[in-house]
This record gives sequence, C-alpha cells and structure tokens, in this order.
Amino acid sequence: MKETRYIFAIKEAMEEEMERDENVFLIGEDVGLAGGSFGASKGLYEKFGPERVVDTPISELGFTSLAAGAASCGLRPIVEIMFMDFVTCAMDSIVNQIAKMRYMFGNQYTVPVVVRMPEGGGLNAGPQHSQCLEAWFAHVPGLKVVMAATPHDVKGLLKASIRDDNPVIFIENKTLHAMKGMAAEADEDVVLPLGKADVKLRGGDVTIVTASRMVHESLKAAKILEQEGIGAEVVDLMTIQPWDRQTVFESVARTHRLVIAHEAVKQFGFGAEIAAAAAEEILDELDAPIVRVGAPFAPASYSLEKYYVPSADDVVAAVKSTMERTL
Amino acid sequence: MNRPSKDMLTDFYTMMVRIRKVEEMLMEVFSRGEILGFLHVSIGQEAAPAAVCAHLNANDSISTTHRGHGWAVAKGIEIRRAMAELFGKKEGFCLGRSGSMHLADAGIGIMGANGIVGGGIPIAAGAAFAAQYKKTDHVAVATFGEGATGEGAFHETMNLAAIRKLPLVFVCENNGWAEFSPRTVHMPVESVTSRALAYDIPAVSVSNRVVEIYEAAGEAVRRAREGKGPSLLEIRCNRWHGHYVGDAQKYRGKEKVEEAMAEDCIADFEAELIKGRVLKRKDLDRIQAEVSAEVEDAVNFARQCTYPDVSEMLEGLYV
Ligand SMILES: Cc1ncc(C[n+]2csc(CCOP(=O)(O)OP(=O)(O)O)c2C)c(N)n1
Ligand SMILES: [Mg+2]
Repeated sequence: MKETRYIFAIKEAMEEEMERDENVFLIGEDVGLAGGSFGASKGLYEKFGPERVVDTPISELGFTSLAAGAASCGLRPIVEIMFMDFVTCAMDSIVNQIAKMRYMFGNQYTVPVVVRMPEGGGLNAGPQHSQCLEAWFAHVPGLKVVMAATPHDVKGLLKASIRDDNPVIFIENKTLHAMKGMAAEADEDVVLPLGKADVKLRGGDVTIVTASRMVHESLKAAKILEQEGIGAEVVDLMTIQPWDRQTVFESVARTHRLVIAHEAVKQFGFGAEIAAAAAEEILDELDAPIVRVGAPFAPASYSLEKYYVPSADDVVAAVKSTMERTL
Repeated sequence: MNRPSKDMLTDFYTMMVRIRKVEEMLMEVFSRGEILGFLHVSIGQEAAPAAVCAHLNANDSISTTHRGHGWAVAKGIEIRRAMAELFGKKEGFCLGRSGSMHLADAGIGIMGANGIVGGGIPIAAGAAFAAQYKKTDHVAVATFGEGATGEGAFHETMNLAAIRKLPLVFVCENNGWAEFSPRTVHMPVESVTSRALAYDIPAVSVSNRVVEIYEAAGEAVRRAREGKGPSLLEIRCNRWHGHYVGDAQKYRGKEKVEEAMAEDCIADFEAELIKGRVLKRKDLDRIQAEVSAEVEDAVNFARQCTYPDVSEMLEGLYV
C-alpha cells in the first residue's frame, strides 16, 4: 500500500490494466495529449501512444458506440465522459446499444466497455455540470453501475470493472478527485469484487447505506452522532447495480433502522430502490420508518449549490428523525 | 453591400471595447473569488459578435455557448443585470441560477449560453422555425466553436435547416482550440465551410476583421430574412486565453499563446480607424473611458445586489 490521490489511483488502475492486457485502450475527449480534463490519464499517452490513448472530437455518441463495436470485436475500451452531464449525449449508445447487445443478440456478443464519468457538485458549475444520474443507469437491465468513495476503492473497483465482461458505468465524484488516501501498489494487484458492499464503520443503532462522496459525509455524521450516543453503521454500496442486498439486510437486521444517503436528487434516486426492497423483504426487522437523504427536486443552481448538495448535517438530521420514531 | 458609415464604425469599436472590458473585469473579479464556477472568456474574439449583432434586432434570436459573454453584450444585454447574474445575485436575468455558463435574456432573444457543446445549435433552429411558422421576418443565429462541429447536434441541425429553409445563420468562431486540443484533433479539414456545403448551405470563411465579418454576416442575415434559407459564416480567430480562466495552458506553450495574442482585432481596428481618419486617438480614449465607467458601474451594482435565499430554490420549477 502507498499513499496516493483518488485521481492518481484511477490513472494507476488504467495503466496497470493496459500493461496487463494489450486489448485495453482509453478513448475520450482530451484524454491523450492533455492527460484528461481532470488529469486522470496524465502520462498514459506518452507511455502507450495515440493508438491506445485515443483523443476524439466532441462526439460522445460516436465514440461511445465506437467503443461498443470495438468491444464486441475483442477489445476492452475504457471510455471517458468528461462530466457525467455530457453522457446524456451518448444515451442511445449506452441504453439502447451497449446494455442490450449481448441479450438481444442471443448472448452472441459480449460488450466489455467501461464508461467512466465524474458526477456531482462542488465546483459551483451549475445545472449542466453537477448532476448525479446513476439511478438512470441502474434502471437499465444489462448495465453494472459502480461508485467509488476512496483512492483504494476506486483503484480496485476500476480494475475489476475493466476485467468484467459486462458493460460497467463507472462513476467518480469530482470533489473526491483530489482526496488523499492509501491504495494498492501495482504488484499487489488488488481487484475488488463488483456487487459487494463494504461496511466502512460498525455501529449498532442505525444503518446508513450510501456511496461515493456521501460515504464521507456519512462518516462525518457518524462522528457527530457518536457524541450523542448513537452508533451509526456506514455501508458503502460501491456497486449500485447489482447492489449487495445481503450486506445491507444483515446490517439492518442488527440495527433495525435504515437511512439511505446519496448526492443525487432524492426522488427516484437509488435510495428509493433500497427503501422499497427493505420494505418488501425485511419490514419486520425495522423499528422505525426508513429515511432518505438526497438533493432537493430542482436542478443545481449556480448560486445555491452550498444549500443544494447534501452534507453530513442532512445525514445527522435524517438519523435523528428515524431514531425519534417507531413503526 | 453598403459600406458601414462612420457612426457604425464607431459603434463597432465601442462594442468591441465593451466586450473586452466586461471580460477583463470578469477575469479580475473571478480571480478575487467574487464570482464562482467556470469562466470562459472570448478575449481576442470580440469582432464577430460586434459585427454580426449589428444586423440583428430585439426580435431576432441567438443561442450562444460557454464562451458567450461577447454575444450577450453585443445582442444588447443590460450590463448591470448581466453582471448581477454572473455574481449569482437574484437581480440577474436568471435569478442567479445560471452564472456565466447559461446567461440568457429572453426579452431580447438571447436564448442562453450553453454548458453542453452543440446544445444551442438546434435551439436556435427552433427559434428560426417559429419565425417561419408565424410568418415573421425574424431570424435566428446559432453561435458555436469549431469543436462543436464534431457533435451530431450540429450536423442534424444543418440538415434540418437546409431542408426546411429555416431563417437561420450558423456562426462558427473557429479559434483553433477546443479545450486542450488543437483543431487537428477535431476536424480533418481546416475550415467548417466544407461541412456546410455538404448540406447545400452556402458558407463563407472570413478573417477576424470586424468590417469583413459585418459584410459577410449582412449577406447571411439578408438571405435568412428573405426566406432563402440558412447560411454559415466562419470567423477565423484566436483564443487568447486558456479554455477557462485559470487554465495554465501547458498543452499549448508560451510561444503559441504569444502568436495568438499578436492578432488583436481591437488594436488592428484602432489602427484602421486612425489611418482612415474616422476617429482620432483622443476619440478612442474617450470611448474607452466611457466604457470603463459603464463596466465599473455594473460591477458596483452587482456587488450591492442580493443572493437568492435557499427558500427560493424550488420556485418556478413548473409553471
Ligand atoms: C457535450 C459536451 N461535451 C464536452 C464538453 C466539454 N467542453 C466544454 S467546451 C469544449 C470545447 C469546445 O470547443 P469549441 O466548440 O471550439 O469552442 P471554444 O471553447 O473554442 O469557444 C468542451 C469539449 C461539454 N461542455 N459538452
Ligand atoms: Mg474552438
């Protein structure tokens, strides 16, 4: 293990996988010469050359489906979408083509594409540069959806996503890019399993299910709650689709209270699916209503971002509201 | 084509100076942290908006880009309220929700800057469609960079507009860069005009001289107003600064930046005006001083405006 940053961990994951498998290549806007808009591919162009680190015109639909075609013919593309908001321009590719190619063609094709994109607020960049759209993708059969919260996880999960034979939507968070933390060295080759959650903190009174940036807000919230004698367990889903029911349900069976926290708009976010599944399957384990934390039902506003993006305080409030209530 | 009169030339100059001073001020307040988010300036590219918008009136529509301050100013946006918007204040045209990247003024047909490259091109076509549908002589202008011509939205709109003979002018500011990569990464051709020709849309490419742009734009706008359909106008210009303010431009190198800055549409026009005895140095100085005062006033206004309250966050999401 060594100390690194989230953004370097992404680079290392891609670099190590490109070294391991010559069919892995990176494609996207400014990924090559410029080293990526957020610097995720710095040095890869120099190391692997323009054939494997491919700069494209501003053509998200084109290069994402190009990656799908290449993947169907034996390559393993990593597509970078500069901001998650711009993936809207490639939705046909992801939803109608990539997600369906294998099933629709009777399992003849495998389409091992990873589509990386950073989501979230934090830059005051307004309505078209701050969105968290993971729930859209989790709603589409055929896609896996991964969200990483730490340098260690982003590296291990990205390596797993590249090796996975299914299409993976790999969601980073812009405010995490600069985050420092430990991550595995190349020779350790840590590959984290997709579909497996990680309990980031043990606690006995309430389960907080979360992912990505909100993992850190939830951990901050847990510290505050601890001072008030409330033990929060923080479950980092890491994969949104398929999500780890077993870990979530086992945790709730111990704490009997459930809060779900994500940065995306609360309505119809992934919290809704988890809450519904808990209500369907383990309602008898719950001692209080389930509470969700998410952004208000409005676009991110340029000047109101600091009130818009959910924080530890919102998680604390949610936990308290479930602690005060009973079923 | 009529040659522009002395008054018009003076107006061009004043507008170009206004755009530059607004953006220089924006860079300053941005670096002081008074405005947040992303700021993309169009310094070095002032001629195109000043020249093209001289043919437009308040009923004509325009869609702009992330690098759209100049177009909003030239279309006639009130500088005070534009500045308030950039400061994120609720007296701004978009209630402080848009900042720089989505600046809009529906009252004079500024249909918004766009955070999505190519996103505004078909929207301008929609305004052109409405003008045609309502049998008015209004026109629409879609402004965009050469990088945007990689998007399907550009090609789809070209085809649609040509088939329907929409009163639309495509204005491409070809500044040689799209974010951190040069034109060659984005286009196998040097000029976007050949792309328009493929859709049977007449196209011309002009240099970054305001009078030349004015004349070419006049022809395109006239065609649109007379129901003859869309045209494309390319302006070959240079992006002086980084993609956004704060971009260190390591990918570009100092020499290339200096080369770009050597071409200054305002300084060149000043020289022309003086040489042609249209204006004297002291006239130019007076105009500069007046515009500086106007921009200073706008910033002071914006500073005194109020931030929206969190209670207003959900207001107006639906009609
Ligand atoms: C759909 C989409 N893809 C990518 C981006 C990121 N982006 C913003 S500006 C830009 C370059 C645009 O270049 P060009 O059209 O030439 O305009 P210029 O910046 O030179 O004015 C890119 C890639 C975006 N905003 N939207
Ligand atoms: Mg450009």
